[in-house]
Amino acid sequence: MEETVALELENLSKHFGKIQANKNVSMSLKHGEILAILGENGSGKTTLMNMISGIYAPDEGKIYIEGNEATIRSPQDAFKYKIGMIHQHFKLINVFTASQNIILGLKENTVNMNKINLKVKTIADKYGFNIDPTKKIYDMSVSEKQTVEIIKVLYRGAEILILDEPTAVLTPQEIEKLFAVLKKMREDGKSIIIITHKLNEVMAISDEVAVLRKGEYIGTVKTSETTTEELTEMMVGRKVELNIVRSTPVNPDDRLEIKNLSYKNKDGIKVLKDINFTARGGEILGIAGIAGSGQKELLEAIAGLRNLSEGDIIFHNPKKDKPVTLYHKTLKRVKELASEGAFHYEGGLQVDFTGLSNDQIKKLVNDGKIIFNEDEIIDLRNKTPFEIRELGVRLSFVPEDRLGMGLVGNMDIVDNMMLRSYRKGNSVFLDRKKPSKLADDIIEQLEVVTPNSHTEVRKLSGGNVQKVLVGREISSAPKVLMVAYPVRGLDVNSSYLIYNLLDEQKKNGSAIIFVGEDLDILIGLCDRIAVMSAGSIIGIVDGRTAKKEEIGMMMTQVKHEEATEAING
Amino acid sequence: MWITFLTGAVDIGIALLLGCLGETITEKSGHLNLGIPGIMSVGALGGCLGASLYIDWFGNNVVGLFLILFCILMCILFSVLMGLIYCVLAVTLRSNQNITGLMLTTFGCGLTDFAMNTPNFINSSNVSDASKYFINWLPFKDSLQGLASLFFGRGVLVYLAIALAIVAGFVIKRTRIGLNLRAVGENPATADAAGISVTAYRYIATCIGSAIAGIGGFYYIIENSSGGVGNYTNIPNIGWLSIALVIFTMWKPILSIFGSFIFGALYKLPTSISGFGVILSMPQMKIFGLLPYVMTIIVLIIISALDSKENQPPASLGLNYFREER
Amino acid sequence: MAKYSFKDALYRVKNPDNINKYKAWGIRIIAFFLGLLVSGIFASITLKTNPFTFYGTMITGVFGSGDQFMRYLRDTAILLGIAIAIVPAFKMRFWNLGANGQVLMGALASAFIAFYLRSKVSPAIQIILMIVSSMLVGAIWAVIPAIFKAFLKTNESLFTLMMNYIAVGIVEYFIMVWFPGSGSYIYAVSKELVKMPNIGGNVYILPILVVALLTAFMYLYLRFSKHGYEIAVVGQSENTARYIGTGVKKVMIRTLILSGLICGLMGFLICGSAGFQINSDIVEGQGFTAIIVTWLANFNPLVMIFTSLLLTFFTFGSGYTGSFYGLTTTAIADITIGIIFFFIIGSEFFINKMNMRMMKVGAYNIDKGGKK
Repeated sequence: MEETVALELENLSKHFGKIQANKNVSMSLKHGEILAILGENGSGKTTLMNMISGIYAPDEGKIYIEGNEATIRSPQDAFKYKIGMIHQHFKLINVFTASQNIILGLKENTVNMNKINLKVKTIADKYGFNIDPTKKIYDMSVSEKQTVEIIKVLYRGAEILILDEPTAVLTPQEIEKLFAVLKKMREDGKSIIIITHKLNEVMAISDEVAVLRKGEYIGTVKTSETTTEELTEMMVGRKVELNIVRSTPVNPDDRLEIKNLSYKNKDGIKVLKDINFTARGGEILGIAGIAGSGQKELLEAIAGLRNLSEGDIIFHNPKKDKPVTLYHKTLKRVKELASEGAFHYEGGLQVDFTGLSNDQIKKLVNDGKIIFNEDEIIDLRNKTPFEIRELGVRLSFVPEDRLGMGLVGNMDIVDNMMLRSYRKGNSVFLDRKKPSKLADDIIEQLEVVTPNSHTEVRKLSGGNVQKVLVGREISSAPKVLMVAYPVRGLDVNSSYLIYNLLDEQKKNGSAIIFVGEDLDILIGLCDRIAVMSAGSIIGIVDGRTAKKEEIGMMMTQVKHEEATEAING
Repeated sequence: MWITFLTGAVDIGIALLLGCLGETITEKSGHLNLGIPGIMSVGALGGCLGASLYIDWFGNNVVGLFLILFCILMCILFSVLMGLIYCVLAVTLRSNQNITGLMLTTFGCGLTDFAMNTPNFINSSNVSDASKYFINWLPFKDSLQGLASLFFGRGVLVYLAIALAIVAGFVIKRTRIGLNLRAVGENPATADAAGISVTAYRYIATCIGSAIAGIGGFYYIIENSSGGVGNYTNIPNIGWLSIALVIFTMWKPILSIFGSFIFGALYKLPTSISGFGVILSMPQMKIFGLLPYVMTIIVLIIISALDSKENQPPASLGLNYFREER
Repeated sequence: MAKYSFKDALYRVKNPDNINKYKAWGIRIIAFFLGLLVSGIFASITLKTNPFTFYGTMITGVFGSGDQFMRYLRDTAILLGIAIAIVPAFKMRFWNLGANGQVLMGALASAFIAFYLRSKVSPAIQIILMIVSSMLVGAIWAVIPAIFKAFLKTNESLFTLMMNYIAVGIVEYFIMVWFPGSGSYIYAVSKELVKMPNIGGNVYILPILVVALLTAFMYLYLRFSKHGYEIAVVGQSENTARYIGTGVKKVMIRTLILSGLICGLMGFLICGSAGFQINSDIVEGQGFTAIIVTWLANFNPLVMIFTSLLLTFFTFGSGYTGSFYGLTTTAIADITIGIIFFFIIGSEFFINKMNMRMMKVGAYNIDKGGKK
């Protein structure tokens, strides 16, 4: 086929508030080619494609289709230009059949669905899809739903297809099938853009690769003339020197041991596969990986929000030769531990509470007379966050979803301070004095910009919301601190404030688990970095010596045998 | 005996059917309109006003067809105005659907109550005169007996109601408009992305639903009560029962035809059962009267327990749609 | 934090949050007066009067005499009490449309005790038994839908709605059992035998006093208790509740039990204050009106005092207006309330829009520059 240009972008720019999502991006797509758009999370790939498919209007720049300037203001406009996008989040109606979803919004005669079903089947057969047009969406697997989305745009006569990370949700076998279909479409003269960050897939399917980094267009190379090393470098860039403070760990000791942890989500898909690692006190353990590789599930599993299918989460409480307190433990728990023989008196005599009244025990504990024999070992498996706290385990968690999980947007800062601690004490009433003091302290120390501590959290800017959340979570002097994407959406200053806070916690002996997306930051901040891919840990590298490219390669690697399977078909 | 009982069941069932049909169409668009009892009352008011005015104007020269059309038109006009109030508040001003609906019921029932008690506003003897045109619209009605009378001797609105249910069932299930309507009620964001106007569909579905429900209220007066205007006080009960019927028939217009007869039979059973030789005490009758509600709750529990993907309420029922900022 | 200073005071005035609050109330008041105007015009046309006379008679109806005013307060108290009962559920985003039924079942329980135990126990014991059984039955009626919602996610608004009609049927059943052969449904159960305590020689004081206490309790409960805090968290975000390990099911069931207990108590008061009568219309749909009271007050029990005073003003006042203009029903109240509240409900849109704009403009989005 002749090499003519189907779509051309000229200096497209788009910003959301202060964030520049795309800056002067120019590229072109030829007829009958598969163009891969490669870039890390947040590099602006999806925003760029959304401008082509009419979801967003560009701030600046022009789009040319078949050489003519095109104005695309809605998905319907895009269809007029024969552009169809398959989004990562499917836009399907669950109670409808495949065919009904495909023709939604079109002026088709729906009384005779057989005709439509037949047409759908014809399209499917032409490209080698396997689909039952009368099957309801709710009965479909993810890959079948994706098929429906692709046929939906083909049915509308799309010549340019944009697929946003189509392989993210598929198994290796399904990926293989999808690639076969895409190749058939290419033979049919369709132009295809595929957004991805998996290098092996880029090499396997594309003709050309366009690389984006931090919203900017880096360049386009022919797939046959490039290597994964070159692409990685284009994608992640040269190592940037960041002045992040990284203190040297002092006597790191094992704090949290994750053993053979597996987890299935409610659709029965194994999202975490046999995870093993140990987080040490006084260290920051980074977790690198493409978004959706299981990071969120891993942290939530540890925090007690998900029921594991297998594995253990062993917490080592560094209590050897330290007195037990009623601040961290309930009296009931102390008695339990005593009956297990966990304590001794100062002289070394084993503690036995038999015959002692509660008041007597309380007095002994409060006087610091009851001392742990060994470090306390607690299995946190399938414990609720509340139970974990009741066991005296100080485990803090800054989730990714700040206003939907970590904080309540419609409550003020003070009320958000007591989310974790409101149950303390026997009173039926809340104690707002301490939270109020804590709120004021956090506002003061972390420089939270807010009228006062009685402002609703949702009214704060992203950086200030995060300061409030992190501030609360570190206020309990956590033994383990998990943070997920803590600087997402924050400006540079706020980000550095967070890094410094984490380093401080590390100096205090916390074991910190840091899930991040920016490799430069991970390498600059973490002592060790565990790399996740598709629900598994591929390897753990030393943060001080690791190379960005090395981590990048591990991130994009499916487990060895799966990768070869996908590439060789 | 059976015939009398069944006839009674069908007659009251039709009022429920119209209310249920109106609410089903409305709910299919994602609107939980709790204003149905008010809308049905106001629909009855509009229809009765039409009958009263028409006979005032034409006295002895009444043309049955015109009278019927005029009454229905007035009824629709009044009901659609109520529907529009709901739409303006819930769609355009995005107010809470439950609150808006309840307020509409308060307002509608109050308005009807007020108008019906305003002297010289509605001439009740005119309405009962008009009812004869509705009930005896078929010239051969009186010659029918037994089953024939049950099937072919009913008032005009009975057939209109069944026809409407069949048409609505067909439109919702088979046509493009129905597909779009269901898409709007299931997932307005997806419908919007496919180029379907969520606002237009919600306005139109709610107004059509209101019109049909309004006819249900009017039917209850003009045919089921033979034009007895004073029966308007029972319309809110019919309205709430209609909302229950929507759940009972799982949002399916065709099913609602049969569902309404079942509810109608249950409604009539306590008073008719003596004819079958079963003598119920008054209190026992009351307990029978609870059956429709109990059955509705059981259906509600079963569909939530089965958690099957089919037969569920429209997924975005009760939720207003905000298009994401672009 | 530094001590309160003049600067802080200045900031408070300039605080966009407060400006917004004033504006929001401004919009609501404008909407209210527009509603008054429209329903005034409606009344003027239909009753051939003018708005001033129309509202004037309402005011006379409410404030005309001491006794009228006390009855007005009593009616307000009953409505407010029901609103207080449902507010924790609504704060939790549990759409309890079944307060009518819960109150009615409470009233029935009182009547039941009165009917079967009259003259068998001392009046004091009888009253205590009535209170306890009313609250218990109210709680049972409320907790049934809550259990199904908690475990099966059964739609609570439709469920509670249906429960209302079952309650009506049950009440009518008992009336027929107790007073066979009568046509009407209104009966005094135990009129002479038990008298409600007269406080200060006035039968209206008791409900007013009880509801005042309830309101204070509910304000404290929601604002300062741990339970109230859990209700707010569950209502705002079930995900957050999970994150902190608060059992959503437990909170839901516990809250609806509380809601039902208070509904039941209101049932007792209604049954008692109407001279120990019971009929299926004794609640007069106040369970629905109470939702409006709650919603208009944004779930704040103290503000609910004002919204219930306002709503009752129209229902009570128009009762008087009705007789003044020779109307046989109080329908004019429903129409007036309907029109006014359409305006208020609609005005929320403009308030939300204003708030959204404030957030967009970025009144707080000053990431840089450290402290103000």
